[in-house]
Amino acid sequence: MLYYLVRRILQAIPVLIGTTFLIYFMVFAMPGNPILGLFGDRAPNPALLERLEEQYQFNQPFIVQYLNYLGNVLQGNFGLSFSGQSVNEILARTFPVTLQLAAIAIVIEIVVALALGLISGLRPGGIVDYFSLGFSLLLISMPIFVLCFIAQFFFAVQLGWFSPTVGANTSIGNMLLPGIVLALFVIATPIRLARTSVMETSRSDFVRTAYSKGLSRRRVVPVHILRNSLIPVTTQFGSDFGLLIVGATVTEGIFNVPGVGNTLYQAIIRGERPTVVSFVTVMVLIYLIVNIVIDLLYAALDPRIRYAK
Amino acid sequence: MRNGRIGLGLAALATAGALVLTGCTAGGGEQGSSGGSGVITANGSEPQNPLIPTNTNEVGGGKILDAIFAGLVYYEADGSPVNDMAESIETEDNQTFTITIAEGHEFTNGEPVDADSFINAWQYGALLSNGQLNSYFFEDIQGFSYETDSPLTGLAKVDDYTFTVTLNAPRSDFPLRLGYSAFYPLPDVAFEDMTAFGENPIGNGPYMLSGEGAWQHDVKIDLATNPDYTGGREPQNDGLSIVFYATQDAAYADLLAGNLDVLDAIPDANFGTFESDLGDRAVNQPAAVFQSFTIPSVAEGWADPSAFEHFLGEEGKLRRQALSMAIDREQITDVIFEGTRTPASDFTSPTIDGWTDSLEGAEVLQFDADEAKRLWAEADAISPWSGTFQITYNADGGHQAWVDAVANSIKNTLGIDASGNPLPTFAESRSAIVDKTLTTAGFRTGWQADYPGLFNFLGPLYATNASSNDGGYSNPEFDALINEGAVTTDADAANELYQQAQEILLEDLPAIPLWYANVTGGYGEGVDNVEFDWHSVPLYYEITKS
Repeated sequence: MLYYLVRRILQAIPVLIGTTFLIYFMVFAMPGNPILGLFGDRAPNPALLERLEEQYQFNQPFIVQYLNYLGNVLQGNFGLSFSGQSVNEILARTFPVTLQLAAIAIVIEIVVALALGLISGLRPGGIVDYFSLGFSLLLISMPIFVLCFIAQFFFAVQLGWFSPTVGANTSIGNMLLPGIVLALFVIATPIRLARTSVMETSRSDFVRTAYSKGLSRRRVVPVHILRNSLIPVTTQFGSDFGLLIVGATVTEGIFNVPGVGNTLYQAIIRGERPTVVSFVTVMVLIYLIVNIVIDLLYAALDPRIRYAK
Repeated sequence: MRNGRIGLGLAALATAGALVLTGCTAGGGEQGSSGGSGVITANGSEPQNPLIPTNTNEVGGGKILDAIFAGLVYYEADGSPVNDMAESIETEDNQTFTITIAEGHEFTNGEPVDADSFINAWQYGALLSNGQLNSYFFEDIQGFSYETDSPLTGLAKVDDYTFTVTLNAPRSDFPLRLGYSAFYPLPDVAFEDMTAFGENPIGNGPYMLSGEGAWQHDVKIDLATNPDYTGGREPQNDGLSIVFYATQDAAYADLLAGNLDVLDAIPDANFGTFESDLGDRAVNQPAAVFQSFTIPSVAEGWADPSAFEHFLGEEGKLRRQALSMAIDREQITDVIFEGTRTPASDFTSPTIDGWTDSLEGAEVLQFDADEAKRLWAEADAISPWSGTFQITYNADGGHQAWVDAVANSIKNTLGIDASGNPLPTFAESRSAIVDKTLTTAGFRTGWQADYPGLFNFLGPLYATNASSNDGGYSNPEFDALINEGAVTTDADAANELYQQAQEILLEDLPAIPLWYANVTGGYGEGVDNVEFDWHSVPLYYEITKS
């Protein structure tokens, strides 16, 4: 188990370094000179342009820039943004907000998807099954920005139940609406998956045995059916977590959440290399960690899975 | 979205269902950030540079700087300059200016605002090695150099509150420029650590940062009124909270929900509805923003000179005129922009003193299909047209709709192929223009005035070798007229010269004027006295909140 964990963590290191290299190269290869963008519609004088290119090290060859960046990152320094702020600070400020948003969304997703999946799996053809089918179809066919605008207009502007934007107040209550919308964005697949999985487990031999032993439905459903149906759904939740962080970009823009999405979008548009590369690296890191955690969860869910040497 | 009634109901039902199922209690929505009773909340965006006046050239930071600093003069809503820190600005020859600063003004750390505050700030801003984005503002002052570190020898201190400015050549509109943020003073403490100062700036304006940590990055900046400010912009409210929005849509939702007091940019999606949403609290008036597209008039120097082969000399002149007359500006501003743009009738803006819609030759900006066809045929007689006429633009600025509409208008009128050529980012499109690697004949251009004068719309863009003359236009007659205007003291006489200069432009069309962008905005029920000034920014200090 420990050996497995150490091996997984060591495997993550080349992935991370490879990621920084690829992303740095892609941002480097983006056509256009970001310094020119700083001047708006006015062309800067060549001497001033050169001076600023020097300041941001844009005049160095790619590999020198990249190694400088990597060297600084290894010392814990992610560089500076065009506005002169430390990227470390920007990371520390924005990631907790986005993680909180993603966490709210994933909790809602897990609870709702399992509830709907379980009920419709146990009673296929029942009213809940039809409702959840219609519900998933509706959600899967709707782009997230449409969901965002509808929820914002209806629940915040018209009914006044929520604040339309998050802004400075990042309390859970204030982030609930974007959290729900974000959850709806990914919820359709796990509902269907949970339903299929529950139906399959219900028909398996051990469930029949459990019933014939005289166990009550109240005991069989949570312990035997639900637990065994969780494995495929858990994988889905794991990959959804990554999707939520990415999908948060749109949601964050519409609900004005001061998280990763906005900052990253602006940084890409402006060609701020240190910011873009550092953000993506941290995202990859989170994704890797979540995947390791999910793999460990399998063992907890299914005793047959063991991480031996 | 208006047809989405059923979808809306279903989604609402579904969302409500989700709420019930998760056992979440609705109504947990605490209000965002409505500060104290008399504090105005306004929209803004995270400053893209440290808050240093000579290094801020975009609206997000500019809005904050204008509130926390006071220059020699400030602009009234119509753009006319009024003394702020200055007691007098005098000149006899428009080349040497004697500036006297009113005594008794202070920075919020107690330092006096005196001649040194201005001289040191300007010296800092102009020096090449400081790499300030606004350094070009000092280019007319003696001693300025783009190539090397050279002090501004044209600045001389007379006594503690008086200094003189000597320019390289007479410039009668120099006093008019002094309200721009690049000319703001700085306290001595700034030069000890400019980076730290940019994070916590100490100013002398009507507002000040409300304390340590007033600037919450990416979220908002809280400004309190400055009790020591005695200039003309005395705040009529208890403070200003500028909330940073990533999208205008979010800001608009906040305005409708009553969480935001003043909004100075309506999102494109709401152009058609904001006036009915807001009623008499909607604002839609011309702004000092001129939009156009440019076709270079010289082919030399460009990586692909063949792109412009049909736009040189007499043939080019005819083709530019034909293209201009082939564009139905009225229809595009009505349909695409829902009346939030005003068709152009010159090269400046209606908010600027001296603007007129009756320049000789302005009919070239009117849609006239027959005349356009005739001119195009005349050009074809010189050398027959082949290929596609394309306009390059940046895809991250919301330009696609109108570029396509302009291309369609040209295509339908002249019967030639025309289309837009999007480049992904602004930086990329600027590089194609500055590095001269453009492969299309036309490219999008625009100009937002730095200070309210006609010269600012003409000199930097169309004078020979001027800094923003992207198309390489050169006409000695035009140069002579604007240079004469620049040294003419009488404002009306100068404006007349600028108008004559524009009549030359209307014939040559170095850029093809399209329209003036309007400022679109609105304000909440709780506030009064909201007035938008000549460059589209609300005069925050005037706003009252009940």
